[in-house]
Amino acid sequence: MHKSDPPSTAPALKLAGALQLLRQSGRDVPEPAGIDRVAWLQAVIDGLCELSSRDPLTGVWNRRQFDVALTSEIDRVARAGEPALVLMIDIDHFKSVNDTHGHAAGDVVLKEVAQALRECIRPMDTLARVGGEEFAMILPNCPPSFGHAVAERVRAKVQRRWVEVAPGETISVTVSIGGAFAPQWVRSSAPLWVERADQQLYLAKQSGRNRACLEKPMVSLVSAEEKGLLFGTSQYQDLQDLE
Amino acid sequence: MSSSDKPESPGAVPPAKRARIIALTSGKGGVGKTFMSANLAAALARRNLRVLVLDADLGLANLDVVLNLHPKITLHDVFTGKNHLEDAILPAPGGFSVLLAGSGLVEYSRLTPQVREQLVGIIDTVAPRFDIILLDTGAGISDVVLYSVSLADEVLIVATPEPTSMTDAYATIKVLATHQQRRAIGIVVNQVSRVGEGRAIRGQLQLVVDKFVTPMLPADETAPKLELIGEVPLDGAVREAVQKRQLLLEVLPGAPAARAIEIVATRLAP
Repeated sequence: MHKSDPPSTAPALKLAGALQLLRQSGRDVPEPAGIDRVAWLQAVIDGLCELSSRDPLTGVWNRRQFDVALTSEIDRVARAGEPALVLMIDIDHFKSVNDTHGHAAGDVVLKEVAQALRECIRPMDTLARVGGEEFAMILPNCPPSFGHAVAERVRAKVQRRWVEVAPGETISVTVSIGGAFAPQWVRSSAPLWVERADQQLYLAKQSGRNRACLEKPMVSLVSAEEKGLLFGTSQYQDLQDLE
Repeated sequence: MSSSDKPESPGAVPPAKRARIIALTSGKGGVGKTFMSANLAAALARRNLRVLVLDADLGLANLDVVLNLHPKITLHDVFTGKNHLEDAILPAPGGFSVLLAGSGLVEYSRLTPQVREQLVGIIDTVAPRFDIILLDTGAGISDVVLYSVSLADEVLIVATPEPTSMTDAYATIKVLATHQQRRAIGIVVNQVSRVGEGRAIRGQLQLVVDKFVTPMLPADETAPKLELIGEVPLDGAVREAVQKRQLLLEVLPGAPAARAIEIVATRLAP
C-alpha cells in the first residue's frame, strides 16, 4: 500500500493525481494513518486550493487569487470607507531580457522581481503575478497621501536589486507602476478598479518607464473649512436671520 | 440600391441629430430629484420636444412610483437580453417617454464594464429619436452615478436649502469639476421658502467652489461656473401630487411649484 493512500475504509476516491501534484510542488501531504479521514481530506483540499492560487514560478499569488482578493477588498472599502490602493507593476523591456539572455534568465528576473516586491509589502497586502511580466499589489488601508511614496519605494526597491542572469553576469531591471485608489464608500467593481490602475500604468510606460503614476484620488469629502465657508459667511447668515 | 434601403448604414445617410442629454443628480437623496425629472420632462414635452427620461438610478429606482406606472418590461429585461429596448420605452402621462430601471437591478448598483456598455449602447440607440434625454441618476456619488453623469452633455444638480443637501451638492460639484472636467454646472434649488433663496445658495456654492475647488485644477483651466437654472418653492401642491402619484403639472398646473418648473424648462430649452 502506498504510504499516502486514503484510509482503507474509504470509498475509492481517485486522489493519486492530486497527491502527486501536491508532492511535486513541494507541499507537505499529511500521512493518512493516524489522522481523522475528514481532517486528512481537508488538508488535501487546502493544499490544492493553495496550489491553484499560487504562481508556480515566483510563488506569489496568481491572477485567480488576485481577483478574489480584489473583489473582497473593493467591497470592504465600500462598506468601511477605508482607502485601498491597487498597483499594477510591469517589468520594463522584459522582452529584451529574454531575447538577450534567454528565457531561463527571464525566469530568474521574474523570481527576483517577485522577491523584491515581497520585501515591500505588509502582511495584509496581496502580491500577485497577473500576467507574463506583470505583477499587482493590493494595499488595504493605504491613505491617499502615502500612495506616491509607497509606489516609489516599490519602484526603487526593484531598481536597486541586481539580478544574476548567468554566473558572473548581473543586470538590473526596472518596473513601471500604475496605481489607483478604490472609490471610498462607493460600490464599485474590481474590473474598473484595475482598469483605472492600468490607465496609469500606460501613462507610466508612455512617459519613459521606470516610474510610478497614480490616479488622483477622488476628493468627495467636504472639510470643516469648506463647510465653514458654505454656511458661515454673512450671505448665508442673512438668509438664516430672515427665517 | 438606394441609401434609403439601408437607413442604418453609416456614411450613406447624414448623421442623425442626437438628443441633448441632461443628467439630474443631487448628492443627497430625498431632495425631489425624481419628482423634478418627471415634471421637467412634462414641461419640456409641452414645448413640443420629444423627451425621454431614463431611470439611471439602477439600484433603487423610483420613477415608476412617481409616475404610477407598472411596467411589464424594464431596463432589467433589456440588460439580461430578455426583451428588446424598443419594448421597454413606455409612454408616460405627461406626454414624454420613459425607460424604467425596474426593481431587481440591485446587481447593477455597482458599475461593471457590462453595465457601462449597456448604458452607452442604450443611450446611443435612443439618442437620435429624441430631442432631450433626462438621466435621472441615483443619489450619492457612486460610480454608477458618476458614469451616467459622464455620458451627459449637461448636468443639473438638484439641491434644497437644507445644509446636508447643500454639502452633498457641493461634494458632487467638486468631484464633477476635478474628475470630469465639468466647467459649467446647472443648479436647481428645490423647496425654497422665499424668492431669491436659490440665487443665494448658488452664490454660496460658487464662493466655496472658487476658494477650494478652482485651486485644485490646473492653473490654465477655466474655473467651474455654477448657473442657477431655477428655484422651485416649497409648495403643498407637490405633496398632494406625489401622494396621488400624478404629475404636478397635470393635476395642479397652476401651483407655484408647477409654474417654477415651467420656468426651468424655458431656461433649458428657450
